[in-house]
Amino acid sequence: MEFLRPATWDEALVAMAEHPGALPVSGGTDVMVELNFDLRRPSAILDLNRVGELTEWSTDGSSVRLGAAVPYARIIDELSVPLPGLALAARTVGSPQIRNRGSVGGNLGAASPAGDAHPALLAAGRGVRVEAHSVRGVRLIPIDEFYLGVKRHCLAPDELIRAVRIPVADGPQQFSKVGTRNAMVIAVCAFALALHPADRTVGTGLGSAAPTPRRADLAEAYLADALAWESGDPPADGVVRRFGELVAAAADPIDDVRGTAAYRRHALAVLARRTLAWCWNDYREQLGRTA
Amino acid sequence: MTTRPVQAEKNLQRIDQASKDGIGQSPLRPDGTLKVKGEFAYSSDLWHEDMLWGTALRSPHPRANIRSVDVSAALAVPGVHAVLTHEDIPGAKFYGLEIADQPALAVDKVRYQGEPVALVAADHPETARRAAKRIVVDYEVLTPITTEQQCLDPETHGYVHEPHEYKARAHGNLCHEQRLVAGRGVTDEVRALADVVVAGEYEVGMQDQAFLGPESGLAVPAEDGGVDLYIATQWLHADRQQMAPVLALPEERIRLTLAGVGGAFGGREDLSMQIHACLLALHTRRPVKIVYSRDESFFGHVHRHPARMRYEHGATRDGKLVFADCRIVLDGGAYASTSAAVAGNAASLGHGPYVIPNVRMHALALYSNNPPCGAMRGFGAVQAAFGYESQMDRLAAALGMDPVELRQLNAVAQGDLMPTGQPIDAPAPVAELLQRAKDRPLPPPLDPSDQRALPGALSNTSHGEGIVRGVGYSVGIKNVGFSEGFDDYSTARVRLEVIGGEPVALVHTAAAEVGQGGITVHAQIARTELGVERVTIHPATTGIGSAGSTSASRQTYMTGGAVKLAAEAVREVLLDRGRRRYGWTHRDLTLTGGQVVSASAGVLAPLAELLGDEPVEQTRVHRHRPTAALDPETGQGFGHVQYSFCANRAVVDVDVELGLVRVVELTAVQDVGRALNPLAVVGQIHGGCTQALGLAVMEEIVLTDGKVRNASFTDYLIPTILDTPPIPVELLELPDPHAPYGLRGVGEAPTVSATPSIVAAIRQATGKALTRIPVRPEHLTDTP
Repeated sequence: MEFLRPATWDEALVAMAEHPGALPVSGGTDVMVELNFDLRRPSAILDLNRVGELTEWSTDGSSVRLGAAVPYARIIDELSVPLPGLALAARTVGSPQIRNRGSVGGNLGAASPAGDAHPALLAAGRGVRVEAHSVRGVRLIPIDEFYLGVKRHCLAPDELIRAVRIPVADGPQQFSKVGTRNAMVIAVCAFALALHPADRTVGTGLGSAAPTPRRADLAEAYLADALAWESGDPPADGVVRRFGELVAAAADPIDDVRGTAAYRRHALAVLARRTLAWCWNDYREQLGRTA
Repeated sequence: MTTRPVQAEKNLQRIDQASKDGIGQSPLRPDGTLKVKGEFAYSSDLWHEDMLWGTALRSPHPRANIRSVDVSAALAVPGVHAVLTHEDIPGAKFYGLEIADQPALAVDKVRYQGEPVALVAADHPETARRAAKRIVVDYEVLTPITTEQQCLDPETHGYVHEPHEYKARAHGNLCHEQRLVAGRGVTDEVRALADVVVAGEYEVGMQDQAFLGPESGLAVPAEDGGVDLYIATQWLHADRQQMAPVLALPEERIRLTLAGVGGAFGGREDLSMQIHACLLALHTRRPVKIVYSRDESFFGHVHRHPARMRYEHGATRDGKLVFADCRIVLDGGAYASTSAAVAGNAASLGHGPYVIPNVRMHALALYSNNPPCGAMRGFGAVQAAFGYESQMDRLAAALGMDPVELRQLNAVAQGDLMPTGQPIDAPAPVAELLQRAKDRPLPPPLDPSDQRALPGALSNTSHGEGIVRGVGYSVGIKNVGFSEGFDDYSTARVRLEVIGGEPVALVHTAAAEVGQGGITVHAQIARTELGVERVTIHPATTGIGSAGSTSASRQTYMTGGAVKLAAEAVREVLLDRGRRRYGWTHRDLTLTGGQVVSASAGVLAPLAELLGDEPVEQTRVHRHRPTAALDPETGQGFGHVQYSFCANRAVVDVDVELGLVRVVELTAVQDVGRALNPLAVVGQIHGGCTQALGLAVMEEIVLTDGKVRNASFTDYLIPTILDTPPIPVELLELPDPHAPYGLRGVGEAPTVSATPSIVAAIRQATGKALTRIPVRPEHLTDTP
């Protein structure tokens, strides 16, 4: 196995071109576990820890360009205002040690359906882009096209994730995750909700509920239409319930050691109803302030 | 009687002791800071020049015949020094703690997933692992025998151990059974005496000890043809006794030294890599180290027996118990381990700390193709307590009584008879423990603005919606020390000498320090008995007689008792010396503050002067009072040394829509006889309660057709600090006249009693029956 340690981003891209399929590692919170359990024997490992710009983020006011290796701990500390949903998701990742090392780039690279960042990225809007670089150029991949299957994504063997571009929140966002202990737990299921008052749309994201992270399209459309954006009147109980049902129906969960499919569907509906109530309360407060 | 509310700092220090850091005080453990800072040397940190690394190839199948094993490809890997199968074993091929039914390496068949089949030694651990994967084993895979019904019908489903190879004490796929009948047993006539009858079936999942330091050790071949093994274990001498026949060596040529132990909880009572490392070391003539990975560890030690139980209780209208009818089925897995003793405990303790005039009990331990089960903290009493305490709540509901009052009404006390016929001849303050748990103030109501306090915590599943609080109580009983006629003893050597002008005691035992704090307590005893400050603890080795196992809550009682005897003997020798040398005739001599002191005449001589350059060394063996075997049919007999009791109150918040639980507070009240180190005692109770919490709401090895589905800490969940509530502890100190200093073993009672209190609290919050632990969100949300 080759161990590659590029000093710069350009060197990293060249190394990937020379060793297509090399396994990139940054925080190591996924990769090292797989190596230690001997689940994976890559022909080459590409250590990105010397590439400093991966741990930087910037914003132009309308979106955040989040470096692939910005650790979750910094997302919580520095980005809770522009990216509230992602920051809430970041809080639920592993332990403090893991949050100091793990990053959204790693979550995307692993493409596990249980990755905590994915539902928040999906809910943040269809405008979220994964910035994939190679010596051949840059691709901006819409988040909805990124996930292909269980632990599979659409990156080419020579591509690296440079950053994720996420629109700055234009409304309330929430993230909830069910686990069978109160910290440091892989999601049994997770749900993210974002209200987008700017265009009166709704974003959702489901985690650990299907072979890939996915959004609940029908639920989004139903809710966007049913919400009283103008008045801020609370949605009727029937609307909240229907939204929960549509979220649950969008899931395609399995029975596994962490939970049953039936429980996952049930819990997603509960999370959908609760996050809707929290988001709508926040929205009403914002409306009140601007009125 | 003294009680000790532990929150009060001043009560943690006793001032009536003459010796600094003697018994009753709370000197800090010497290994504590090192462990917290990551500087403690565990057995996995052992290193030897020229050492090789060993690994085992394990069976992927729970049940299979082995047609052939081809090791040639593994031997051809550069760096590999040896590949061994059972054919390379020089001596006996089977071993076991009680029954030698477990092969050191599989012989022609495998009986559980993870059974070791072959060994590899190589110059690098990765080389060894890769070579092991090149061993070709031709398996004839058979359908595993995994359920109670399959086990009890061997004609249809087969035998885990064929009749001609069966070595246990029962028959078929039954490893052991123990019946018990007390009073008139349970007959229709007896049933008719009860006004109210409640029955229930209960199930306990397979809990793992989940110690953090994986199995590991280093075997070094010796010039005399023997072997030195540095090992993390619970009982050096029992390891050696099982190893010797397999290695075909006399015991004296196998020398064991305890290495740093990262937790045990019963999981290190059975052998793991001891024989394997020694076989490889003796074969290659090189030191061999073996360290299990985390997933291998889940296959490398026994677990807590899963249980299926049926209980029926009858009571009069005013709440007096009339009868209990119990059947406890424990799945022992592929090999006997300690199944017989676990079943014995379940039978003799399985009715709980209650006076029940008529009892019928049947406890069975099965052989199956599930992972072997054996010792784990609580040892057969844990499973039963979930059954009988669930029944007490059910009965209280049926009678319309307060559950604590019902328990108190039927609680045993000193002078009562256990259903085994054994009189309880030491304090048994069961009713008072419950009362104290009940009388403590309840925690404040939920503050939903603190996200960490909610079920789900920072996973942000609730902001207060769906949360219901519940309160539950329970009490449990556990035996201390080895029971049923076992010759249980411990040995200690104490030496007192002058070093640098000061008297210094050296304490040598073979007791395994597994984190319980034995080394701290042994030093405290030496200080108290010898009046010295400086005590050195010799490493635990087989260079001295056995200390028995660090299990059954017994080491402070047994090895502490041995240290006390040896120190007293040293003291007598010294005082004799003084009497001869100085003509002392005082009858009121003590060793205090480094001096010989007469209560009437004051200081007679400094110890250093009396010792001079003639050290005093004494070795003593401590035995607890004898016990007797239980009659196999009636369960009658003086089976146990000592009983210990703990009562709990659990307060929980349950998100009833999501089925998530957060334990808010878990009060423990325990009679400890005498707290030799109050801080360590509280630590044991905190740990025991936390392990019980794990069993209540999350810890389970999940099996499908004999295969483990969660052999990792990713999916075998143990409580984090966010799952662990404040655990207020109240200690009662009612001395047991039979025990050294009146002490009572403390390590297990809270593990027995705390689980049912948590489940009771969840039941109160949800109204669900909850007959299986761990309780899962599915159980609370009626989702399949």
